[in-house]
Amino acid sequence: MSTEDRGPSMSTAFIEEPSDEELPARRMLDQDWRKVFNYGLLLALVLVFVALTNMPVNLDHRMLIEPIFSMGYLSLFWLPAVFGLVVCREPVLAGMPSHAKGSREVLAGSLVGLIGGAGLSVLTFLLDNFNLRDPLVNWSPQLLELLSFQRDTAFGIAIWLPVGLVLGTFGGLAHLLSATVRRMLSWAFASVIAFAIFETVILDLSEGFAWLGAEWLVEELYFIRGGLTMHGAAVLAVVGGLFAAFGRDRAHRAKERFDALEGTSRTRANAIGLLVVAAALVILPLFLGGITNELLANVGLFVLLALGLNIVVGLAGILDLGYVAFFAIGGYTAGILTTTNRGESWPDWMPQFYWGTALVAVVILAALAGLFIGAPVIRMRGDYLAIVTLGFGEIIRLLFLSDWLGGYTGAAQGVTNIPGVQVFGLATVKGTDPRAVFYLVLFFCAIAIYVSWRLERSRLGRAWMAIREDESVAEAMGINTVNAKLMAFVVGAVLASFSGAILAAKVGSVFPNSFIILVSIVILVVVIVGGMGNIAGVIVGSVVLIGILGGPRQPGLLQEFSEYKLLIYGVLLIWMMLKRPEGLVPNVRRTRELHQDEYLQDAWLRGEIDADSEHTDDSHSNGNTGVLPA
Amino acid sequence: MPPPVTAENNKLNRRLGVDAFLTFMRVVMSTFVILGLLMFIGQQIDPDNFVASRINPDATGLTAAQFEGLVISGLSQGAMYGLIALGYSMVYGVLGFINFAHGEVFMVGAMTGMITSNKLDESGAWESNFLLSLLFVLVIAIICSTLTAIIMERVAYRPLRGSPRLIPLITSIGVSFFIQNVSVVLLGPGAKSYPTLPEWLSKKRELLGFVTIEGTRLMVLVVAAISMVALWYLVERTKIGKAMRAVAEDKEIASLMGINVNRTIVTTFAVGGAMAGVAGILWGLLFRSVVHTTGFLPGIKAFSAAVVGGIGNMGGAMAGGITLGSAESVAPLILLEPWGIDGVSQLKDAVAFLVLIFVLLVKPTGLFGERLSTEDRA
Repeated sequence: MSTEDRGPSMSTAFIEEPSDEELPARRMLDQDWRKVFNYGLLLALVLVFVALTNMPVNLDHRMLIEPIFSMGYLSLFWLPAVFGLVVCREPVLAGMPSHAKGSREVLAGSLVGLIGGAGLSVLTFLLDNFNLRDPLVNWSPQLLELLSFQRDTAFGIAIWLPVGLVLGTFGGLAHLLSATVRRMLSWAFASVIAFAIFETVILDLSEGFAWLGAEWLVEELYFIRGGLTMHGAAVLAVVGGLFAAFGRDRAHRAKERFDALEGTSRTRANAIGLLVVAAALVILPLFLGGITNELLANVGLFVLLALGLNIVVGLAGILDLGYVAFFAIGGYTAGILTTTNRGESWPDWMPQFYWGTALVAVVILAALAGLFIGAPVIRMRGDYLAIVTLGFGEIIRLLFLSDWLGGYTGAAQGVTNIPGVQVFGLATVKGTDPRAVFYLVLFFCAIAIYVSWRLERSRLGRAWMAIREDESVAEAMGINTVNAKLMAFVVGAVLASFSGAILAAKVGSVFPNSFIILVSIVILVVVIVGGMGNIAGVIVGSVVLIGILGGPRQPGLLQEFSEYKLLIYGVLLIWMMLKRPEGLVPNVRRTRELHQDEYLQDAWLRGEIDADSEHTDDSHSNGNTGVLPA
Repeated sequence: MPPPVTAENNKLNRRLGVDAFLTFMRVVMSTFVILGLLMFIGQQIDPDNFVASRINPDATGLTAAQFEGLVISGLSQGAMYGLIALGYSMVYGVLGFINFAHGEVFMVGAMTGMITSNKLDESGAWESNFLLSLLFVLVIAIICSTLTAIIMERVAYRPLRGSPRLIPLITSIGVSFFIQNVSVVLLGPGAKSYPTLPEWLSKKRELLGFVTIEGTRLMVLVVAAISMVALWYLVERTKIGKAMRAVAEDKEIASLMGINVNRTIVTTFAVGGAMAGVAGILWGLLFRSVVHTTGFLPGIKAFSAAVVGGIGNMGGAMAGGITLGSAESVAPLILLEPWGIDGVSQLKDAVAFLVLIFVLLVKPTGLFGERLSTEDRA
């Protein structure tokens, strides 16, 4: 590629082959020693912290591969490898040459791993010689035993150095692998871990599909008391690796073909996909057991909540931290109207309503609450609004909890004896039948998805997005920002109130303590991790977080994590905001907004923006001589 | 063709339903407060007057001693809110965002204070040499909470400077969540208590002949006042304070004047953290118990205090704290009780938030502030 080669052909050439010229590998000792040392120290700190959270001990009985590998050790082992990999990672810039990888990366990885391992050695030593049990509750002999691999302390102190070194070196070695091999390895590893984590679901599924001979397969794969068998893990690893090598390309090609579709064929493909997913969701629960259906129902409740918050936060850009208030209003309204055991302050002539009828009142009240809470805060700037809505959320909970309204709401005892939902006399949906609950939730999720999808493409949806980006400009464009924002509050409130009403019918009772601020924040994490402003993202977020880790009160698949899930939520929230604010499944437009600088830079590198008023000098318009390799 | 500018579509003249509703709410809330106050006064004069006997039949009124107790506990609580609010206000002044995790810095102060004072109690120093050990605890707590604030800024907020303004706010929610749960997993979820204070400190004493005040509360007020004066000196009379004010005014121009903006921001976080640490210790000594959630509600209320006093204004933060603390302690009894609401003390937290909403509705700049809550800072 030369500087004489100008024009559009060149700019596309270097985009498609970003690293066809590599600089020679750096020498082994050509290190940024300070960075290596800092990463090592950080790793040591993180390892000691993880050990002191007692995660290794608590997770030790959850076997991944019987009998050699438990999740407890995994919680420590993955860290040195990741740090060893990350320490030498450099950003790959389109069109910029990068250094070939060599011994330098391996050395850096090993050193980082070694320092990290030393951290655990020191901890092992301290555990044996000092007793800090008083402030640190997890300073226990069990931890010492685990850290010294059930042998004596000297062994533990000695062993962590080589273990850290080896793991760090593995991380560094990953740089040297070709992309395909690296992908195969990570897929092999991921498939083993995923199958181990989803054990309950898969066992459950296999019982449903027993007539297909699935049980035989599962018995081969899993050990009786949990964990994969050795040969099962090996098979899974091979299958995962092979998929990465061969199947993934085909999947990619299929996706490209799908993306290339236009017009009616695209619509048709979309419709078929949607039908398949819908059919799967309707049919699959029939083959699932109670636990999995319960899990799915919980996930569904959070999907409903998250879709509502997605409209408020994701589309309209209003950070509503009191969102749980609408959930509470939905739950309490449905509960009070349908219960057989109503508070004594209600007049006697008030009949006991059918859940479906109560839902009308739920919608009306939630919409009014949305207006009432929305109106005072609508003109405030984002952060004030967050705190004031949080205050409203807390006020509503305190009112439900107070003795003053206790005659109506049951104060701390809440509303009890809520009957289930009668569906046309066919079935009663209540907590004892998780499958029915799931279908009910599914029905409302379908409504919510349809509403969100239509709204996003409506005039109102576009107004929301305009407000999210710049309120003043949106107003100048003639958008009635006050009404649009109030509508966001109302729609979000109604969706959350559905979720509350279902919760009331599902659990059979509502308590003030189910509606703490924590719930708002967990929903916020779900929306942000999934991808603000993207329906698919929000669903993925709920499934991943609520399904695997669990909600504020609901257990997830990894029940061992229940002590740590809030910690992990906090870390995830910070991490996502710092590294990937657009979420796991990003919304295209939102991503562009969040990474505007990078997009502009890419466009500039590609030569798409060459009439920038500030940079119209020759060197720039002639093909970026200063930036490109000669 | 653009629509003609008429009274109908001219934004300045456009009357919206929301505005009418807000005016209505302002009127309702003010009436509620004024009527409540009037009825309280009526109740004080005669507990069985014709209004009280209808609305609040079990009205008894408050004795002077009860009232004094409420005011003093409100004041000492408010002084602590004020100390926390200073951190919110200063960070808001400099960076223009609400550090949601500031309440957690306060909690870290209270927790480290708990750990150190219990260790000192075990070794016997707490009893034998109380003042010195208290000073030691204070220093340790200040160091820890300052470090927390600095690390927080470095790790979570500095990389986000200049990003859309909801992003750092959401991050700070994450930080708050994280610190709370770190405390849960490391120190356990239960409430932990401070060692008992010596008798000479905690006993009630007469002050100026007419006020009876618990020694601990007196100490809270005194320490808060000293910290406040020290902070005032730092911000108004030292070079670093001048730099802080300059950065709050305009970051870019400050850096052109040779001020190290990054260092100044770190200092702001550090000073705010130190104040929160002091508040944490005082909280621990006064209530003698800490949990991981200790920081959450006081944090939010302190933010409300900062808003009530006018955000970005330091005197305002302290005044807001005292206002909010006393309102929270007194208002349930003198404004809500006359309306015949039972169990008013349960609504204490709700009152704090209502004060915030009321102030934002009636005077959005806060009591002493110049900046509008609706105004956008660049």
